[in-house]
Amino acid sequence: MENPQKKLACLLAVLAVSAPLGAQTSDKLMEGINEYREALADGNPSELVAAEGEELWKLKRGPKNATLEKCDLGLGPGVIKGASAQMPRFFKDTGKVQDLETRLMTCMETLQGIDPKEVVNARWLKGEKEKMAALVAYIVTESNGHKVKVDLNNPAMKKMYDMGKLAFYYRTGPMDFSCATCHGDQGKRIRMQELPDLRTHEGAIAGWGSWPAYRVSNGQFWTMQHRLNDCYRQQRTAEPIYGSDVTIALSVYLAGKANGGKVVTPGIKR
Amino acid sequence: MKKISTLAVLLLALPSAWAAGEDTYAEFKAMMDRSFKTTGIAPKHRMYQLDFQKACSQEEQPAKAEIARIEAEQMKTIRYPADGKYFGDWKQGEKIALSGRGLTWTDKTPHDNGGGCYNCHQMSRHEVSYGTIGPSLLEYATVRGTNEESIKYTWGKIYNAKAFNACSNMPRNGDAEILTEQQMKHLMAFLFDPASPVNKK
Ligand code: HEC
Ligand code: HEC
Repeated sequence: MENPQKKLACLLAVLAVSAPLGAQTSDKLMEGINEYREALADGNPSELVAAEGEELWKLKRGPKNATLEKCDLGLGPGVIKGASAQMPRFFKDTGKVQDLETRLMTCMETLQGIDPKEVVNARWLKGEKEKMAALVAYIVTESNGHKVKVDLNNPAMKKMYDMGKLAFYYRTGPMDFSCATCHGDQGKRIRMQELPDLRTHEGAIAGWGSWPAYRVSNGQFWTMQHRLNDCYRQQRTAEPIYGSDVTIALSVYLAGKANGGKVVTPGIKR
Repeated sequence: MKKISTLAVLLLALPSAWAAGEDTYAEFKAMMDRSFKTTGIAPKHRMYQLDFQKACSQEEQPAKAEIARIEAEQMKTIRYPADGKYFGDWKQGEKIALSGRGLTWTDKTPHDNGGGCYNCHQMSRHEVSYGTIGPSLLEYATVRGTNEESIKYTWGKIYNAKAFNACSNMPRNGDAEILTEQQMKHLMAFLFDPASPVNKK
């Protein structure tokens, strides 16, 4: 974390793709600012990633050489519109509450024969995780403007909500932090980064409802699993396993708090 | 970490104020157990709570008696400088206050950490990138005074913030071995030295 000017310079250096790293002269800065404006005028930078995802959705892949077009995200096979705004949800076929990413792993396994381990064990933004991010970008774009609608009357969902709440307040590790240390109060920030109060509906919709997102500071598209992983890193805990139940439980908790609020996905972040 | 022996405490009975039932809690612990793994310098046993961490893992503060018990216990952990010297070099202290690095699974060693003080505190007028989880420490020496009581209190607060506020959001820099004694001395100088930017108008 650094001071705002450095942060801006760094952000612009990343945006001005052609500019060498550490380009901080005012000329380069202006160049960067202009390119930044252009980039935003062109629309959400996630569009490129989403376009890749759409291709992947329709591409025959894996040992079974099949597409994902029959994948059921909860609204019936192949229905994408509005699907991610209603996730996590309980799926009868797996008997589990799944978020978008774990559900996609199920589809990849059953339809295409791709071993979920290939996603779980890949590094962020590499291999099958890179493909996952693209698929996610495509799918969440189709929920932009929809309302968060997760069903907490379902007993399995209710249970995950309760677990998620326990996880949210769970203090541990060498710094004694929990999610609530950083997201349990109104109007707080770490250095210059504003922290949503995720205990409240307003905070949860601002936080949960704007993810997955494109991160301008590093030019990367991050899924919700990636976001949660990095928060646990800052919390100084051990590493949560990709798609593990604690990540689903926290997602149900956040989505439950955000219920009824408007989804803006993919988001654009610092 | 020296506190591993305390892991056993995790099996203690739940505080009676716990919102969720015993069954849910047992299930929750099992879920946590299977959801995390060791990566780099961040071992899985970081997920096992110390006694007070557990008491402070609720929406509400623990009961008054519990708070008093925790604070008394944490107070006993504080080690004051053996040589009686509380102050190092404020310039080094400033660097430690600015650095938020350390103890994540992407860090190489658990022994080279920043204090991350600026993550949570305003500390000088010239550094505008400061967090607000903790109170402003601007002009600390003037506000708190430079008598022995104030100096010992501040050392103790940096060493183990929980001794003064059981469920404080501030880490236990000394007790949890985040910072060395020498680093804490530098931070003390940063807070108290009249030449330090903390105390500049
Ligand atoms: C030590 C601090 C810290 C802890 C602990 C922490 N977070 Fe975060 N979190 C942040 C910061 C800083 C950001 C904003 C990052 C940015 O601006 O790039 C953030 C962002 C988020 C966001 C997105 C908010 C938005 O508006 O974009 C969510 C959701 C979130 N955190 C959830 C969690 C959960 C759940 C936990 C616990 C498992 C957690 N965080 C623990 C520091 C923390
Ligand atoms: C994650 C947040 C956080 C971090 C990091 C943090 N603090 Fe704090 N600090 C607090 C909070 C919150 C308080 C208010 C009292 C309390 O709740 O413990 C506090 C209180 C203090 C006080 C007592 C102020 C008074 O007037 O009584 C001092 C001194 C202090 N912090 C110094 C530091 C130093 C030095 C560092 C870095 C080594 C640091 N803090 C890191 C959150 C933090």
